[in-house]
Amino acid sequence: MNHLLRGQAPLSDGNWKLLDGEARERLRGALAARRLVDFSGPHGWEHSATNLGRATPIGTAPCDGVVAAQRRVLPLAELRADFSVSLSELRDDDRGAPDADLEDLDRAARQIAIAENVAVFHGWEGAAIGGIAEASPIEPRPLGESGEDYPRSVARAVEALRERGVGGPYGLALGPDEHLHAIETAEHGGYPLMDHLAKILCDGPIVWAPGVRGAVVLSLRGGDFLFESGQDLSIGYSHHDGEAAHLYLEESFSFVVATPEAAAPLTS
Amino acid sequence: MGFDQYHEPPEELPAETRTFARLCASLEEESQAIGWYQQRLAVEPDPEARSIMADAQGEEFKHFAMDLEFLLRRTPRWRQIAEGVLFQEGDIVEHGEAAEAESGEDADAEAATPNDGSLGIGSLKGEGR
Repeated sequence: MNHLLRGQAPLSDGNWKLLDGEARERLRGALAARRLVDFSGPHGWEHSATNLGRATPIGTAPCDGVVAAQRRVLPLAELRADFSVSLSELRDDDRGAPDADLEDLDRAARQIAIAENVAVFHGWEGAAIGGIAEASPIEPRPLGESGEDYPRSVARAVEALRERGVGGPYGLALGPDEHLHAIETAEHGGYPLMDHLAKILCDGPIVWAPGVRGAVVLSLRGGDFLFESGQDLSIGYSHHDGEAAHLYLEESFSFVVATPEAAAPLTS
Repeated sequence: MGFDQYHEPPEELPAETRTFARLCASLEEESQAIGWYQQRLAVEPDPEARSIMADAQGEEFKHFAMDLEFLLRRTPRWRQIAEGVLFQEGDIVEHGEAAEAESGEDADAEAATPNDGSLGIGSLKGEGR
């Protein structure tokens, strides 16, 4: 048993299968950053820092005649979202109930996915993570008031990347409101806006990105945005009482923007 | 002391596999003893001797059950198949075939799941609408 202590929980194998499956489904839909950036790992819970390949000079060495430097690393950050599941719901699941109430798990999955998206796209100062949108040297432009404005804005963002020598394919992260506008909009002649955007992006992905403010166009060529996973998203056991099992979703990761100019932010 | 329970060089086997093999050997010995007592009981006419043999066979039943439970706890797929077959009314072969088929589907899903307890999501790069 590892630190997740899953073996200590009052859950049957079937209960774990139910919870893991529900969490996996909810998370896959909401983890927008992972659809657009490079992913390394998982390297394990014990993995604590990302190598930045840089060193800071140390003014004083242990003795004369030597120079000293200290390596710089980015410590991995941990995210954890607690949730509870009713024990009676779990027993009903054992009986074959097809409609177990997992609302609190769904909430936790959404929260931790949003946290990951926000850290990657807008940064997380407390964890020394710089976000893609904030790191970009490209001046943010408005995405537009209506969906019909989006193709022009996205095309300009792609052009801004090309001008800086950043090749495609390109991806587009859209905040929830912007994504809704995009899928609702049919341009003149009934041509779906999403199809038009995909062509502008050289058939790159268009991603629903809860937590993103506005939109971000970025290159998917690789090597520009580096997500390093220590422990990938997992469900662990905290404790239980007579009513519920108290569990949590947890992950550890770092994120580094290697090429700030490989993304163009668009404001809502 | 013999080491016949090992089919591969013991020094190459992890500790949990050696323990597993020891319990498999023990399970085999208990079932063998159960069979021996069954044969002796079938031919022994002395009631007192039969009583002792029956008591001894009961011990072997217990040992066999404990060994089996240990092995099933350590082997989820074996346990799943056993649950589909043991203590079930009806056709044993049918139950066995059904349990094996169901466990095979689960084993395929399990093989795709990492053993670190994570959800195994990893990279989703390139997945979009």
